[in-house]
Amino acid sequence: MVKKRTIRTIPQERTAIAEQPARERISNFGEVSCGYRQEEALRESERCLLCPEQPCVAGCPVGIDIPGFIHKIGEKDFRGAYDTLTDTNLLPAICGRVCPQETQCEGVCTVGDTLAPVAIGRLERWVGDMAIAEGWANVPYIEPNGFKVGIVGSGPAGMACAADMAKAGCSVTVFEAFHQPGGVLRYGIPDFRLPNEVIDAEIEKLTRLGIKFKCNTLVGRLFTIEEMVGEMGFHTVFIGTGAGYPSFMGIPGESLNGVLSANELLTRCNLMRAREFPAHDTPIELGRRVAVIGAGNTAMDAMRVCLRLGAERVYCVYRRTKAEAPARAEEIHHAEEEGIEFNWLTSPLEILDDGNRGVRGMRCQRMELGEPDASGRRRPVATPGSEFEFECDMVVFAIGTNANPILGQTSQIKLDKRGYIAADETLATSLDGVFAGGDIVTGAATVIEAMGAGRKAARAMKAYLGLRDTETIYSQAADSGEGRLFGIPPGERNYARLRVA
Amino acid sequence: MQEANPDSSFEIVAREDFSDVTYLLEVRHPLMAKAARPGQFVIVMSHEHGERIPLTIADFDRARGTITLVIQAVGKTTREMQRNCTVGTHLYGIVGPMGEPSHIGNAKKVVCVGGGLGVAPVFPQARAHKESGAYVIGIVGFRSRDLIFWEDKFRANCDEFIICTDDGSAGIKGLVTEGIRQVLDRHGDIDELVAIGPPIMMKGCAAATRPRRIRTVVSLNPVMVDGTGMCGGCRVKVGDKVMFACVDGPDFDGHQVDFDDLMFRLQRFKPEEKLALERWQQGCRIEGRDAGRDS
Ligand SMILES: Cc1cc2nc3c(=O)[nH]c(=O)nc-3n(C[C@H](O)[C@H](O)[C@H](O)COP(=O)(O)OP(=O)(O)OC[C@H]3O[C@@H](n4cnc5c(N)ncnc54)[C@H](O)[C@@H]3O)c2cc1C
Ligand SMILES: Cc1cc2nc3c(=O)[nH]c(=O)nc-3n(C[C@H](O)[C@H](O)[C@H](O)COP(=O)(O)OP(=O)(O)OC[C@H]3O[C@@H](n4cnc5c(N)ncnc54)[C@H](O)[C@@H]3O)c2cc1C
Ligand code: SF4
Ligand code: FES
Repeated sequence: MVKKRTIRTIPQERTAIAEQPARERISNFGEVSCGYRQEEALRESERCLLCPEQPCVAGCPVGIDIPGFIHKIGEKDFRGAYDTLTDTNLLPAICGRVCPQETQCEGVCTVGDTLAPVAIGRLERWVGDMAIAEGWANVPYIEPNGFKVGIVGSGPAGMACAADMAKAGCSVTVFEAFHQPGGVLRYGIPDFRLPNEVIDAEIEKLTRLGIKFKCNTLVGRLFTIEEMVGEMGFHTVFIGTGAGYPSFMGIPGESLNGVLSANELLTRCNLMRAREFPAHDTPIELGRRVAVIGAGNTAMDAMRVCLRLGAERVYCVYRRTKAEAPARAEEIHHAEEEGIEFNWLTSPLEILDDGNRGVRGMRCQRMELGEPDASGRRRPVATPGSEFEFECDMVVFAIGTNANPILGQTSQIKLDKRGYIAADETLATSLDGVFAGGDIVTGAATVIEAMGAGRKAARAMKAYLGLRDTETIYSQAADSGEGRLFGIPPGERNYARLRVA
Repeated sequence: MQEANPDSSFEIVAREDFSDVTYLLEVRHPLMAKAARPGQFVIVMSHEHGERIPLTIADFDRARGTITLVIQAVGKTTREMQRNCTVGTHLYGIVGPMGEPSHIGNAKKVVCVGGGLGVAPVFPQARAHKESGAYVIGIVGFRSRDLIFWEDKFRANCDEFIICTDDGSAGIKGLVTEGIRQVLDRHGDIDELVAIGPPIMMKGCAAATRPRRIRTVVSLNPVMVDGTGMCGGCRVKVGDKVMFACVDGPDFDGHQVDFDDLMFRLQRFKPEEKLALERWQQGCRIEGRDAGRDS
């Protein structure tokens, strides 16, 4: 069979991936990365050492059996690779594209100690894309159990929770405020990173599990969480409403026309299709010179969207250095290739009025890195006398978000001191039968963490309903053997009863 | 695949045209009718490529399961809806009720001021104050007599009712601020004034009550996108704070609001709005011509 691989025998170079050339792609919204072809995926799969310690599995927030799926690719058992992936990850085509692999699985890959790490994300995407192309979906035989589950918010947290609850036999309804489901995947992350067809395909799979999506439904206002678990008859509810509520800095000039949040820019452009204005009705301002404040994924997306909308120059303004920038490494790399001008160690002081309530420029100051702060990153401090001005006609804030206030305004649910929903380690909230996860609990995080939270909550919701948890991945630790009756752990007794009934 | 919202297909069940620019739509949405409170609004998308536009819930009928919108045709979307939204048609999307409901406290004497189209959104507040036992004084302002609507409906919920017209063709000649001046002269014990209308009018109302420190509530109408607090496009300056009108409002203390800032921000998309309207009107003309040729 396979010869034992060693670091010397595997292909030394990481398999390159085809990309749209930077010069071309800045004038379209087509996907930047074209994905592997089969022979490329096979070659890259050979680079995995299948090491017994499996550091990558520990590096993945949901603990995907990474060597397992890569091994199956190598054996050309592609369906098997997909099955292994979807044991833990509901959305491989999405996570393969948007996960910060360099700080997760690939960051701890053994091969990475000597060579470039195995391209786990690209392989994951390749399998996910094949599944979409082939129409694979793991729709198990589902025996309805009569329980009604409500999910608030259709982002990755809500989608993951919905899928697990549907597979357990519950009748699941997802409520979404927007007119289309998907959360940030839909309104935030642009098509050149995550095409809409991929999101549509994943949502379609969920509907095949029997999950109902009700869009145009603002929970809290149209009905409350308390009503959901009360008169509306949901046996349990999951809240995955995301963070939302973008921050501004409170510097002069923020209310000028031409100053907006990245969320607004991206929503107009992606969800509302303002880039096709006037064929689509929603307008968007077109900056010639755009300054984007921040250096996370949201900032990168905003900058690259502006470029594609026709901006001549796009500046990134960030008060720390590239090393501290929270965006995925690949996005910063792509942004650099596309000609984004980075101003590291720069902090805005004022947005300048052009006399017509528009933007004429920005006044900034240079920073230096001082002592480490609470986050462990070195705190930027202003360099005296370093103030300078530059010209721009549009300013986009991408400096993070706060908790969305709607559920706090409309229910008794307990919030933490920052206004996020307070949840215990099982993701149960202060309301009986109501669970929460994703950005609305942790603050802005990642797609895979939100998804992981959705699944973790699903596990607790099943326990709450007394259903057997068929997903062993999360349950190993929980069952200590104590309190078993006829070999059935306490959490599963109702399940046994239901099956008999 | 994805149902818009199976509980209601957002059917337009009634329509009334008040003038050639103002029309009323009654939309079926039983859950919304049940949830709506005075001061709240909805976001409407009339078709798949449409813009999301905020509209105040001007009335709701829990028994019929409907909500009522009163709309002024000012630009592309509202004119297109004026043309297309006939009884029996459906809206592509409607979501709400959004915003914090108006605070109907135990004020004993309340003045409710509506300017032009603002008469519709202030009506549910007048009614709510009346129902909670307050003495309600209604002041409505229109440019001229032929634009007046809901006079009887409004009057029926008021203890006093004043009409102002710019040209004097009905009621007092002058702006609503003239009506406010007269009311303030007659009543020294007003607890609260609610004003809804164009920003310039609300600014005038706030100025009129400021010397007497009468609590003044205005309903702000900045440009919105999602209406859920996610985009910050609707941010307004209130005192020294920046608030998002869609979730922190839309009602705010009129004495604290920076109206000039609001008025400037409403100009944000003027060139695009003009382009969209012209292009649409041209499309209508071509359609009209083709239709003429066909027949
Ligand atoms: C521009 C951008 C780029 C990003 N890029 C990446 C990336 O490359 N990689 C990565 O890992 N992460 C990225 N992230 C972060 C990631 O998208 C989020 O962490 C993740 O989407 C959070 O998922 P969620 O399910 O908690 O919430 P969301 O995805 O925010 O979804 C919440 C949904 O709930 C809906 N909702 C809110 N309130 C209500 C209500 N009251 N009633 C009904 N529905 C409601 C919202 O409309 C929304 O659709 C990015 C974020 C942004 C904004
Ligand atoms: C909370 C709130 C309640 C409102 N209630 C009503 C109502 O009951 N009846 C009514 O007729 N109008 C109401 N409006 C205003 C209405 O939303 C705008 O008239 C409408 O969006 C105009 O769209 P248009 O394409 O026809 O015109 P456009 O030509 O696009 O715009 C005309 C003007 O309307 C404003 N506007 C444009 N787009 C938006 C937007 N997305 N959000 C808010 N304002 C915008 C701008 O000031 C613009 O200059 C309300 C606005 C808000 C914020
Ligand atoms: S989900 Fe993310 S972290 Fe986990 S294996 Fe895939 S790319 Fe790596
Ligand atoms: S409309 Fe987007 S935050 Fe208010």
